[in-house]
Amino acid sequence: MPLVYLVVRATDRGSSTFVDLLVRDRTAELVVRSVELAVAVTAACLVIGIGSAWLVTRTDVAGRRFLRVALGLPLALPSYVAAFSWITLWPDSAGFRGSFVVLVTLSYPYVYLPVLGALRRCDPALEDAARTLGLGRWAVFRRVVLPQLRPAATGGGLLVGLYVLSDYGAVATMRYEVLTHAIYRSYQASFDRTPAAVLACVLAALTLAVLVVEGRLRRRRGPVAAGAAPIRPQPVHALGRWRWPALLLPVGVLTLALGVPAWGLRRWSVRGSSQADPAELWAAAQNSLLVGVVAAAAVMVLAVPVAFLTVRHPGRWAGAAERAAYLGHALPGVVVGLGLVFFGVRFARPWYQELPLLVFGYVVLFLSLGLGAVQASVAQVPPVLEAVARTLGRTAFGAWRSVTLRLILPGVAAGAALVALAAMKELPATLFLRPTGWDSLATGLWGHLQAQSYAAAAPYGVAIVALAAVPTALLLAVGDRRRTEGAAGR
Amino acid sequence: MEEGHTLRTTRLAVLLLGITAALVACGDDDRRDGSGDDDRSIVLYSGRDEELLAPIIERFTEQTGIEVEVRYAGSAELAAQILEEGDRTPADVFYSQEVGAVGALAKADLLDDLPAETVALADTRFRPASGTEWVGVTARARVIVYNPDRLAELGVPVPDEVTDLTDEAYRGEVAIVPGNAGFQAFVTAFRVAEGEDAARRWLVDVLANDADASFEKNGEVLEAVNDGTIAVGLINHYYWARHENRDQLVARLVFPTGDDPGGLVNATAIGVTAGNGDDADALALVDHLLSVEGQETFVRETWEYPVVDGVDDPPGLPPLTELSGPDLDLTDLDSLEETQALLVDVGLIS
Repeated sequence: MPLVYLVVRATDRGSSTFVDLLVRDRTAELVVRSVELAVAVTAACLVIGIGSAWLVTRTDVAGRRFLRVALGLPLALPSYVAAFSWITLWPDSAGFRGSFVVLVTLSYPYVYLPVLGALRRCDPALEDAARTLGLGRWAVFRRVVLPQLRPAATGGGLLVGLYVLSDYGAVATMRYEVLTHAIYRSYQASFDRTPAAVLACVLAALTLAVLVVEGRLRRRRGPVAAGAAPIRPQPVHALGRWRWPALLLPVGVLTLALGVPAWGLRRWSVRGSSQADPAELWAAAQNSLLVGVVAAAAVMVLAVPVAFLTVRHPGRWAGAAERAAYLGHALPGVVVGLGLVFFGVRFARPWYQELPLLVFGYVVLFLSLGLGAVQASVAQVPPVLEAVARTLGRTAFGAWRSVTLRLILPGVAAGAALVALAAMKELPATLFLRPTGWDSLATGLWGHLQAQSYAAAAPYGVAIVALAAVPTALLLAVGDRRRTEGAAGR
Repeated sequence: MEEGHTLRTTRLAVLLLGITAALVACGDDDRRDGSGDDDRSIVLYSGRDEELLAPIIERFTEQTGIEVEVRYAGSAELAAQILEEGDRTPADVFYSQEVGAVGALAKADLLDDLPAETVALADTRFRPASGTEWVGVTARARVIVYNPDRLAELGVPVPDEVTDLTDEAYRGEVAIVPGNAGFQAFVTAFRVAEGEDAARRWLVDVLANDADASFEKNGEVLEAVNDGTIAVGLINHYYWARHENRDQLVARLVFPTGDDPGGLVNATAIGVTAGNGDDADALALVDHLLSVEGQETFVRETWEYPVVDGVDDPPGLPPLTELSGPDLDLTDLDSLEETQALLVDVGLIS
């Protein structure tokens, strides 16, 4: 839908304007910068995400239970808050460096969380077998564990890449001129929406290219032969004297990802005399929670069938549905927001500037977050299990519900949590689509920052993180309980 | 059997959900239809922030009994939203941070005329040259902000006007915000007052002088100048004047005088959307903002200049009458597209 809007807007001044705007040196430069940033951040996120997930599930590194939850939290931070802290702390970071650091520290959980889930569902028997066949630890990790993580890691990496392409908060604060930055600037500076729409079309084309390449790679590698085992106790490597030094990685990551923004928020709160109204803060928190949860549920209703379609019955339609989902994630919020304004006011007037359309906006933006997580878990469930259940007399739906659904539940929960977090911190589309007079934590934060009331803004930032910590912690705690149950059952 | 039962339950639940959703939607619809003139409520799209405007609106409601639903967002975003909504917009009134946004809506025929007597309340500098589609509410001056310590260290004099900034002495020491509406209004003023070539030459020269054009916001420029990261910047006066810790600021202001385009005095502006030109409640809001009480509140809270007679200028700043700015009419600032084309051409925006 936003795509149709884009094409309408981009070409409404005739195709020659469209081509003129498209063929500019500057456009090429912007594309190169966007791609560079996306590739660099994705690579770093894969290393950090997989590394830390392995460390907290497969080793006896000190404090791993706490770390497991804490490592997911940076996802809760809005990029503009983190970037603002960074640039205050380290003014020279403006540009590529700063954007890179901020985006990596915020988005590695996109890889970390699904990989964590996948690591728990790996079949340890495979690893045991590999060890008995004489493979070393590293070789086992590389040749046995890593392939099982691949769907989760690629899905996560893709999300990171697309998120980087669409993020505005970090690059704007870091004053790094990339495609999204140029799109926003164009909207803000002029009331002429054509150039911005043309650039957004470029961004959409770029995203499609990424998806096609990713799809090719995935197909070439073939489907992953995953273990049939549900959650089983995983082998834990004793780190010995490395038990404490190994902490450096996660603690370092957390210091950068949470410590710096915490310092920044603290600085805000002591700066100046403005104060947040507790009643407004509380109302905003409730609103954020409400839309977060509803958006997560709505996304899952769509994501689960699409995930099955794409994993079990890949084809043209399934592929198209999947790409459409990912495209939404790569489009900047302002584009999706205005696109839905355009359609909403014309065709869904009763819902215009009401919560249903806002939630719909979140679905467009974040469907891929849920989809990636569900797909990864569906890929790990062999269809044969369902067939077995059916031979045992279950109905088709019954077999699906009692076998497959149960197995993919951790993936569904992880995806839902990701969507809820993203929806709670989303700003640009929310500003366009929210009901008049309705505030979420993100819009409240924005409002106070607009007024330069930093001290009043700080509690909103803290509340977003605190609120987002709940689903993350809950999610990981549920995982732990299942793990122990599994262990006891053995 | 058990499975079939679950399925039926699920279906029932979905059906119920659907009905609820439909009911909610209808309920909303009723409310919206009912928000006509009888229950005296209007919708305002505001590009000005809530902290500033909410108390003023509350006072308006107390005095008139007219409820105002306010939608806060950036002026440019709201203008874009109204352009997308067209004549279906829920907004009755649009209050913009600057003239450009209301000008764009007026051009697209999305604003109705205001009564002539309302527009006449404002100083002639802050209303359209022809027509009455919008009226200025407050005035803001473009200024040069500088860090005296940094300039002293460099052994460079305090600049008087923007043309000084292309001088070698200020190499790498000038901060500008090319994406900002205020900066673009200044460039438009430059173009209109001194011609395309002069404006282009100034932009090219200031860039050749290594000006830092990577800033996003006026506030960031003020912070950078105040920290001594950079010596000079171009901003609006009130960022400095209403700063939370104004007394501790190192940074100082120059109000360029004469006809220097760097001394442009711009305005925040308000208009009523198409079809609401005879909505008494919408017009009452406009009148309230232009009343002595409304204007005094703005001066006190925002440190902007009042546009109506009989209200004092903010203390500690040069009086508005002394700020001439370039010789032009604010309506002439509607050639924003040309300004942007120029900025794209010199490589400042894309």
